Amino acid sequence: MNAGILPYVLILPVTLFLCVFFLYPFVLVAQQAFSDGSNFTLENFREITSHWKFPISLKNTLLLAAAVVPVQLALALLMATMVTRMQKGRDIVLYIWTIPLGISDLAAGIIWLAIFDQSGFLNSMMSGMGLIDKPLNLLSYQNPGIVFLAIALAEIWRATAIMLVILVAGIGLIPKEYYEAAEVFGASPWKRFLRITLPLLRPSLQTALVLRVILAFEIFAVVAALGGTLFPVLMGETYSYQFDLLNNRAAAAMALIILAISIGFTLIILRVLRVPKGASI
Amino acid sequence: MAEIQIKNVAKSFGAYQALHDINLTIADQEFMVLLGASGCGKSTLLRIIAGLETATAGEVWIGGRRIDHLSPKDRGIAMVFQNYAVFPHLTVFENIGFGLRMQKLPNDEVTRRVERVATLMHIEQLLKRYSGELSGGQRQRVAVARALAMEPDVILMDEPLSNLDALLRMEMRAELKGVLAESKTTAIYVTHDQVEAMSMADRISVMHQGRIVQAASPIEVYRNPSAEFVASFIGNPPMNFLKATPAGDGKWSVAGQVMDGPRADRPHLQFAIRPEDIQPAEQGLTATAKVVEPLGAHLLVTCEVDGSLFRAVLDSDMVVRPGETLTLAPQADRVRWFDPETTKAVA
Repeated sequence: MNAGILPYVLILPVTLFLCVFFLYPFVLVAQQAFSDGSNFTLENFREITSHWKFPISLKNTLLLAAAVVPVQLALALLMATMVTRMQKGRDIVLYIWTIPLGISDLAAGIIWLAIFDQSGFLNSMMSGMGLIDKPLNLLSYQNPGIVFLAIALAEIWRATAIMLVILVAGIGLIPKEYYEAAEVFGASPWKRFLRITLPLLRPSLQTALVLRVILAFEIFAVVAALGGTLFPVLMGETYSYQFDLLNNRAAAAMALIILAISIGFTLIILRVLRVPKGASI
Repeated sequence: MAEIQIKNVAKSFGAYQALHDINLTIADQEFMVLLGASGCGKSTLLRIIAGLETATAGEVWIGGRRIDHLSPKDRGIAMVFQNYAVFPHLTVFENIGFGLRMQKLPNDEVTRRVERVATLMHIEQLLKRYSGELSGGQRQRVAVARALAMEPDVILMDEPLSNLDALLRMEMRAELKGVLAESKTTAIYVTHDQVEAMSMADRISVMHQGRIVQAASPIEVYRNPSAEFVASFIGNPPMNFLKATPAGDGKWSVAGQVMDGPRADRPHLQFAIRPEDIQPAEQGLTATAKVVEPLGAHLLVTCEVDGSLFRAVLDSDMVVRPGETLTLAPQADRVRWFDPETTKAVA
């Protein structure tokens, strides 16, 4: 067979698969979002954005992402640097740190619910230490700060490892000689991290951040388990339009708004962390 | 003044002893080459001087100051790495200025110094580029410029030319030698390439299995190798060796020929002669030509003498055919003798 055509023939099955199961449903969703049944309309978007819960859920989603992702980034960088410096047992530590990745987000939410619940570990511990007389209802509407904190903690616990794995692989690609050169020319360990590791890690940072930020805008199960209706987020609202209110056009419009936000942030991340031509390793 | 003294330096990696009791003094502004095959410990010694490795024992002094406990940046050194280690995310300007920025020098001083060394290394037109846009030779120049910009007491170079092609290497060799002589820094240069060592060094330290076998000027190392290893390592083709048996009163019998030699009470000696110090003559060693290689400038003849391999570099006008018997006379004042037991030279 003609060698020029062969690659395209080989990717044809997966292209077809993607078209049938991803592109086509996506077009259908977009169609639903922009129609009232027969005509083109922006009415669905007007409906959802004018609802009183929309600004709150948008704010909550963005706030959560803004609180969680930087902490995860810092933690993942710290953990990745530690792991790469280890001589022995590096793989075991990496496996243990990535265990939360194997747990579904709903299960992760339930684990943290077991900690913060009225009859949970935290209450038992505090009462055991004599700090409180009776169990507190921490995850109630009276404590929005604690609800937020619990959700953020659960997310950090659950999803930092995905960034860690990407960053460990990225750090492994940086030749040792750059660090030696930086050391000889007077860079302290902190300066080497700032001036060598971080800039050379930009491609991995891009991947890790894009992935993490998109997942942060899609947060749903952890919030459902810990906050219920106390802490509305965009994905939760999409779910309730679709299944509680049975308004699939509004749900489709919500989905597109989340997609637009994700694309927007992805473009920003790619732009900010771009590597100039000729400047890659 | 940046005299370097290496005192009793040893290094082991676990059970493996990479360096044994190294003692070496390198004079101020001297160009010292550490020469040896891979795994001989030359790079380890350089990295100990740089502070990238810690010696298991011994001391390193630079300019009368003990520095082996200091971090690399406080040793007054700069280094050129084998793979250049030109930072890919910084422009050529920022690469050269990296060390100066780390010292927090004012901007105009950084610019002044970077531009000066860039001109010196002929890369002033590349200052805005990234290393991905440079050729190997240009990257090499950036690496050297970055070291020179530090105005260090000592420049350490770890096989800096080994990744360049042959022609470029020859060009850079001469240029590097000139630039370093002008900069008046002491230089330690690690290489496995004897041509590089011979052509650039003020002094060569030949290393073998973690020891310095001989440290002397290039011509001394070439003419008067202190041990069999040096004799066989330096020179291309290497020195010829033949077994010699005593013939009494300072005379030795080599392949049936009796020659003047040292008055040494040994059962055997090794007779050694460089291939270019051999001429065809009426009287001499009987050699059977095996392979004849006309190399243009001269004729390289590989023969067999007394059952051993023996190479002679002869005049290119000579006609020699394989299988022919030649009579070859070694130039008497160029003959050297080695003790096969200690492998050391015998005078």
